Amino acid sequence: MHYVIIGNSTAAVGCIEGIRQADRAGRITVIAAEPWHTYSRPLISYLLQGKVNEEQMKYRPDDFYRANGCETLLGHGVEAIDPAAKKLRLRGGRVVAYDRLLAATGSRPWTPPLEGLDSVPHKFTFMSLDDAHALAAALEPGGKRVFILGAGLIGLKCAEGLSGRVQSLTVADLAPRILPSILDEEGSAIVREHIEARGVVFHLGQSVARFDGNKAVLTSGATVEFDLLVLAVGVRPNTDLVREAGGRVERGIVTDARGQTTLPDVYSAGDCVESWDITAGESRVLAVLPGAYRQGECAGLNMAGGDKEIKDAFPLNAIGFFGLHLVTAGSYAGEDYMRRSGQNYKRLVYADDRLKGFILIGAVERSGIYAALIRRQTPLSSIDFELIKEKPQLMAFSRQERARQLGGRV
Amino acid sequence: MKRIYVNEKWCLGCHLCEYYCAFANSGQDDMAKALKDVVIHPRIRIEEQDNISFAVNCRHCEEPLCVKGCISGALSVQDGLILIDPDKCVSCYTCVLSCPYGAIMPSEAGAIQKCELCTKNGRGQPACVEGCPNMAIVFEER
Repeated sequence: MHYVIIGNSTAAVGCIEGIRQADRAGRITVIAAEPWHTYSRPLISYLLQGKVNEEQMKYRPDDFYRANGCETLLGHGVEAIDPAAKKLRLRGGRVVAYDRLLAATGSRPWTPPLEGLDSVPHKFTFMSLDDAHALAAALEPGGKRVFILGAGLIGLKCAEGLSGRVQSLTVADLAPRILPSILDEEGSAIVREHIEARGVVFHLGQSVARFDGNKAVLTSGATVEFDLLVLAVGVRPNTDLVREAGGRVERGIVTDARGQTTLPDVYSAGDCVESWDITAGESRVLAVLPGAYRQGECAGLNMAGGDKEIKDAFPLNAIGFFGLHLVTAGSYAGEDYMRRSGQNYKRLVYADDRLKGFILIGAVERSGIYAALIRRQTPLSSIDFELIKEKPQLMAFSRQERARQLGGRV
Repeated sequence: MKRIYVNEKWCLGCHLCEYYCAFANSGQDDMAKALKDVVIHPRIRIEEQDNISFAVNCRHCEEPLCVKGCISGALSVQDGLILIDPDKCVSCYTCVLSCPYGAIMPSEAGAIQKCELCTKNGRGQPACVEGCPNMAIVFEER
């Protein structure tokens, strides 16, 4: 059996570890365009900040590939999948045959057409180690003014990473609030004030009308002068390889609950796939790291002959900015329970006797107990919901359920 | 694998497990010195209300969502034991959001902390179990 994995990030590592739970002997080949040992993508902002070095960024230890019996073809892009012949063609013409394939092709930065963008001399994206290195190199000799387009997770983590190393930081977003994909208005305002206090200037509800060299004219008419531009507007799943091979693609690559695409022996996992979000009741590209690992592992187990399904996916984000932590989960349509005290903010959203989503800012302790209510779709009528609303606690469960959780096999 | 199991019927709510945990992980050899006038940050925590109390700590799950979700690779499973490498932790708290028991928490030092069954502090046996006066916390194979 020859397993081939395209990609070398979270889903790929999950796949390797999944395969090896079921098959110690099969051959595994990891092919990726990036030449590096597997690293944690979200840590690039911490690298910029100087909080971690490249050693600490390694997602798995140095002996990971050897210990798991993997051959690696790192620095090799894949040009095409031939599902009938079960072969890949690499850039440069090399052909690699597979028995089972995982396409963990991830996502790439996406920028809408913007007038004058070509005239900007120094522009960057912020998703890869190379991106972080390029941006870090451009910061020298210091005193740079940075303009970040996009106030989402990537743009704001980039801002945090740059803070203290630049003269000014300006962030613009078409959305009227920061972190629009994970925060509501009130939560967003709390985090925005916290980030503004660190000197970041926001222009929200505005796009760039045009660039003119080192100057951006916003749709409001305001102008931003800058030395470096970071484009963090959005990301798009890398679906081309699977689509061109004839696999079904909607918002992302379509897989079944086992992680298999519509092509025989071709699986997919990570930021390139869409999955059924149990809280939204629709298929979405979830693009969150814990999900990528679980999808990769599930696909790996199944590639090695297992029968595993994921039927409890939903978005989960834990992130912090300048010491303020926030966690979010699920979706926010339903009845609300809200509490606010200073920077601490809690919103629980529930419908049909189930918790559907939540936002916690500041006090995030034990939030996994809330997430488990969503994951297990626990009927709220079966627990002391009033008690658990106040704070996450196992006391809210029945004595029997507690005995199972704390005294049983897990 | 031997794990810690909690039986709330026998829990007195005395919080001794929390003190033994804090002492075991304090790096000191004198319990009084380690704990006197100190706000403790134990890895095992008592929940209590009315007449009910029980201890909660890491269950060392067979399918650990904390390890699978860890963004940096700081959490790992070694022989069934879930360990944290504080040097690799960036305190994103994805594990806090992943643990269904609420058993992973921020530490004073900055990284997260969790029960490692006293394997790293030289105790050999979990201190909370030894310190529990009523066998409400046991360490055994089930």
